Amino acid sequence: MADPFTVFTSRVVPLPAENVDTDQIVPARYLKATDKAGLADALFRDWRYNEDGSLKEPRFVLDQPGMAGRKILLVGDNFGAGSSREHAPWALTAWGVRAILSTSYADIFRSNSLKNGVLPIVVDVETHARLFELLAGDPDAELTVDLAEQGVLLPDGSTIDFDIDPFAKQMILADTDELGYLLSKDAEISAWEATHSPRVDTLAGAR
Amino acid sequence: MTTPRTIVEKIWDDHVVSQDPGAPAVLAVDLHLVHEVTSPQAFSGLRARGIGVRRPGQTVATADHSVPTTDRRLPIMDELAAAQIRQLDTNCAEFGIPVHGIGDPAQGIVHVIGPQLGLTQPGMTIVCGDSHTSTHGAFGALAFGIGTSEVEMVLATQTLLQRDPKTYEVRVDGRLTPGVSAKDVILALIARIGIGGGTGHVFEYTGGAIRGLTMDQRMTVCNMSIEGGARAGLIAPDDTTFEYLRGRPHAPQGAAWDAAVVRWRTLATDEGARYDRQITIDADTLEPMITYGTNPGMGIPITSRVPSPEEQTDPGQRRALEHALEYMDLRPGQAILGQKVDVVFVGSCTNGRISDLRLAASVLKDRHVADGVRLLVVPGSDEVKREAEREGLAEIFKAAGADWREAGCSMCIAMNGDQLNPGQYAVSTSNRNFEGRQGKGGRTFLASPLTAAASAIAGVVADPRRLPGIETLAAVGGR
Repeated sequence: MADPFTVFTSRVVPLPAENVDTDQIVPARYLKATDKAGLADALFRDWRYNEDGSLKEPRFVLDQPGMAGRKILLVGDNFGAGSSREHAPWALTAWGVRAILSTSYADIFRSNSLKNGVLPIVVDVETHARLFELLAGDPDAELTVDLAEQGVLLPDGSTIDFDIDPFAKQMILADTDELGYLLSKDAEISAWEATHSPRVDTLAGAR
Repeated sequence: MTTPRTIVEKIWDDHVVSQDPGAPAVLAVDLHLVHEVTSPQAFSGLRARGIGVRRPGQTVATADHSVPTTDRRLPIMDELAAAQIRQLDTNCAEFGIPVHGIGDPAQGIVHVIGPQLGLTQPGMTIVCGDSHTSTHGAFGALAFGIGTSEVEMVLATQTLLQRDPKTYEVRVDGRLTPGVSAKDVILALIARIGIGGGTGHVFEYTGGAIRGLTMDQRMTVCNMSIEGGARAGLIAPDDTTFEYLRGRPHAPQGAAWDAAVVRWRTLATDEGARYDRQITIDADTLEPMITYGTNPGMGIPITSRVPSPEEQTDPGQRRALEHALEYMDLRPGQAILGQKVDVVFVGSCTNGRISDLRLAASVLKDRHVADGVRLLVVPGSDEVKREAEREGLAEIFKAAGADWREAGCSMCIAMNGDQLNPGQYAVSTSNRNFEGRQGKGGRTFLASPLTAAASAIAGVVADPRRLPGIETLAAVGGR
């Protein structure tokens, strides 16, 4: 989990590509790690680096001057398609991303992001286009993300309202996780198990 | 019970443990499949909290993603892969989970061994830290991929927090023509709706063409539901399902079997139940499909031409297509048939089952792989490998000049050393043609086992319908 979520203001990294899949966010060869550390360098690895580890020219947006430290990523439609690897939000968090703006996200990526304090904010098509225009005019424009109020404040003083699963919002604001919630349901789970015998027993057939 | 329900709603209702107002449902999980890549951090999490695995008897593990497919007697040269596989064994031993690791006769791709062992059954909820968990939906189970945080939750509580999904009927009417198979059905669907088309939904595949598929073929269809954006995809169980399951190691026996079949028959979607979305595909009009781009939605009938970015009205899609064609080094308007091929990969959780190998072998029998083409045949499980050897398929592959390997995910995800070199073209029976998916700089054409085998012989992308005797070949997979 990243730091507790508070209101934050940041410049934006624009990545106007659609259907960015998790194999691009973190290539599979970086999935052999057995911990979560060190994934910042794996983020968009093959779009950023040459075979020998040097940065590609022209540089990928993350490595352009002034991009380091930005916490908001503005991306194209259906971001995070493909595999279930939670390494994708781990790598985004490791690089410093706390919120993403897009018109839609792949289901598993969205779920994984919320569990790691990365906000997958959905905006409508017009707003999406307006944000890219804003950044085209002022690449250093700052946005303020307010999770509690479910709004993104623009430099002109206007606000983009966004929807978010109320339960996920509560979890992120309280900096707690879903496992803690599920563990608190032990009595309910035990009651369910008492009336539902297991459909299979993997231990019985263990060879 | 008067409101007609879909199979998804029935399974959902059967598994809701509790639900607080405004919160997602606590959903019980019947079967949790575990593999080496997405589980280590979950086990570390359990240790950090000092908690155990709630239901080890509803959990099973195997090593598939990182395992080499070379001779099993050789040591694993990749230190990281070796460590990850060792870690799985250690974790499973510590937490009491049965594991089918390297050398175990039940080892194989997690989505191949679940059904094979009879663990995958109708009406179940099945999860795995792997997006292709949708495969198990072929049995009428609600099966979906989860992230590692969720793997930890299921290990700890045998439940998950879930919002109820929307439903999407994918009706495939009519009959597939010779040379067209399950893989072509799913590639055609994804080409039509796009890779985000099913987001937020569960597909239910219905219609005569689906009913006519074998279990292996149904698994191919459900497997790639995620490539259409749907986390799960399923098919109501029928006699084909029960016939497949009967007598498998973990299937119910005797009176319990009879009772189970009665229960399973009630799962089918009720007459009059409503889906949130619907699409109909006519099987008779389908051709063998092939992808030309860098996501599975960029697919065309094999006799078509590569689309032109100029014809795209949406600027985002135009940019995406330009980028994809540049990566693939293909020209707008060019034919895909006849495109040079360096590697052919037959395998994966999409097309690595015995009937897939039978189809490929039927094409390769008494033929030889074209000069300069490498054909890699990787069985989906150790059992598939043994069966292929019993039936003489392995001999056919070897005689044709193919590389016959041990079981695993192999070149589908290219984590184990089986990979394309930069710039190489592959016809692959796997599920993803993303940039670098099969090796950095590698270029993937997704297709069926028949198309893959035909292309291996020709040395270029080839239409399997032009093979002599295709009517007989197409039936080899079995009805």
